Amino acid sequence: MEEKHLTLEQDAILFEPIRKTGKAFYLTLSILVAVILWAAWAYLHQYRYGLGITGLARPIFWGVYITNFVFFIGISHAGTLISAILRLAKAEWRRSITRSAEVITVLVLFFGVGNILMDLGRPDRMLNIIQYAQFQSPLLWDVASISVYLIASSIYLYLPLIPDIALLRDHSGKRNWFYRLLALGWNGTEKQHHRLEKAIAFMAILVIPVAISVHTVVSFVFAMTIQPMWHSAIFGPYFVAGAIFSGIAALIVAMAVIRKVYHLEDYLRPVHFNNLGILLLVMTLLWFYFTFTEYLTTYYGGEPVHMAIFWLKFTGRFAPYFWGMFLFCFVIPLPILSLRKTRTVTGTLIASISVIIGMWLERFIIVVPTLTNPRLPNEAVIYFPTWVEWSLFAGCIAFFILLYMIFTKLFPIVSIWEVREGREKSIAEVRERIKTYLPGIAIE
Amino acid sequence: MVIDLDKCSGCQACVVACHAENNIAIIGPEEAAKGRTIHWIELIPYIEGEYPHIKARLLPRPCMHCDHPPCTKVCPVNATYINEEGLVAQINHRCIGCRYCTTACPYTVKYFNWYEPQWPKEMKGSLNRDVSLRTKGVVEKCTFCHHRLLKAREKAKAEGREFLPDEYIPACVQACPSGAMTFGDLNDAFSTVSRLSRERRAFRLLEDLGTEPKVFYLSEGM
Repeated sequence: MEEKHLTLEQDAILFEPIRKTGKAFYLTLSILVAVILWAAWAYLHQYRYGLGITGLARPIFWGVYITNFVFFIGISHAGTLISAILRLAKAEWRRSITRSAEVITVLVLFFGVGNILMDLGRPDRMLNIIQYAQFQSPLLWDVASISVYLIASSIYLYLPLIPDIALLRDHSGKRNWFYRLLALGWNGTEKQHHRLEKAIAFMAILVIPVAISVHTVVSFVFAMTIQPMWHSAIFGPYFVAGAIFSGIAALIVAMAVIRKVYHLEDYLRPVHFNNLGILLLVMTLLWFYFTFTEYLTTYYGGEPVHMAIFWLKFTGRFAPYFWGMFLFCFVIPLPILSLRKTRTVTGTLIASISVIIGMWLERFIIVVPTLTNPRLPNEAVIYFPTWVEWSLFAGCIAFFILLYMIFTKLFPIVSIWEVREGREKSIAEVRERIKTYLPGIAIE
Repeated sequence: MVIDLDKCSGCQACVVACHAENNIAIIGPEEAAKGRTIHWIELIPYIEGEYPHIKARLLPRPCMHCDHPPCTKVCPVNATYINEEGLVAQINHRCIGCRYCTTACPYTVKYFNWYEPQWPKEMKGSLNRDVSLRTKGVVEKCTFCHHRLLKAREKAKAEGREFLPDEYIPACVQACPSGAMTFGDLNDAFSTVSRLSRERRAFRLLEDLGTEPKVFYLSEGM
């Protein structure tokens, strides 16, 4: 027993948030709850009077809610996908960041789905989607794909949590029954470890195609119509790349906050931010490549219906959004992430915030301009989101932060057993592994 | 349906008749300015050419009732579908209000109930009892007055005779004072609509999209 206590002391700082809750936490909590209550009130208002209280109209039937749906689902690609890829690639620096990434995925998915529900004219009939399911509709593909993704990524979050939950069960006096239940009788035997690792590896492989399918079918909601600048074959990969792009940015922001708030400078080191910064840089360039291809193809095709929307974005009413997107997604992050000197914690944080804003604008610029300009002549309607839409957006973000905060209060946000495993086993393992790469060294 | 634009005077009688027939909500000027009106048939302005050789025409636009409708494919709950008549139908009581069909329709013929539909007190007594009222949050659209078809069918059945295609016309066609609109069975090669649809003047809207609309327009100038 004494020895166990000793090991707990080693990563004591990781238990601090679970043990102690300070004033700052309750203050933030109350602010977030206030925002959420405000948003709930706004939604009740909408539920009672109808979607007329949003800025939507004919022909702009979709606006901020659908933008947010695509945006939040995009953010969800941070966690599970990146964590799975890093696990499979045996990237050793993953150990202290996977958990914080996986939590983002699971939590943010609810807000992606939530935005679709908020957008429904008759949310009370939402179960018709199951009762009268019509699988020809891309929306049903989304329902199917996102459900699988939510289940898979929840399992993928839960599995690596088990040993840490067992640790809490054994050492923390608080909520013992809760941890006992979730630990599933884990006591760290060799056999259990073997099984767990197998299960994690299996889920890591499974979750990658599911994650890619999710954002592909989100793009299909648009691409499967014949509307100008939606009906594009590049949309699937373009959306997936954009999702990973905004996902990494969200992860960097989350890590920077956790690091600061819980004093985890030793766990989330500049090297983590540097490495993720390089990944973000790759995605910045990939994003530019896709955007460039998409718009150049449209421009050379030169079809009038497409060009009307093209110019609406480049020089017309949506130019501020379009060039804003370009600024935030490319011009700002590119130099920061390219230079070693600025690829610091603060540098990557700034770049990431910029990318998140830029990607929201990108989603908006995909949804709204196409609808503004239908093929047949129409009344010129200008879409301005109302206070209801902004309130619900704020509410979603506040709710997400709240859930994330509560998670850090219940479970360690850095995977303790994986960090320990890294310290105890991996150094030797990596040394052996490197030997197998090199010629002229005999493999024992 | 065939609409002869050379005969159409742009009087909008079809629009008014449709509103009365199908219990379309009165939206009011304030909301109308925001783009919340509902017109199952609407006159859309087509402006061709550039000044000074400019030509403007008005084009009555009901639902095209496409043979390959882009809207039915995307509905997640089968609330819009092609019925056995070949009409694009809408089940208002199943619609969840996701507005996917409204964004997918290239003719923008689908309308959404942004609020609970309302009528002035005086009008409430004169609502058409054959057409169900919609609620807030659902999509509605032109049905080619499907209720009239059902009624005509039943009448024929009650009288114990075969139903003939010319026994029913939609309200807009009935109301057109210049006789610009013709309605009938396009599949019957000897019907008036079929003959007109094969005229030299005939064309359909956005034909290149492959939606195969069942509404034909006739115009000398196009």
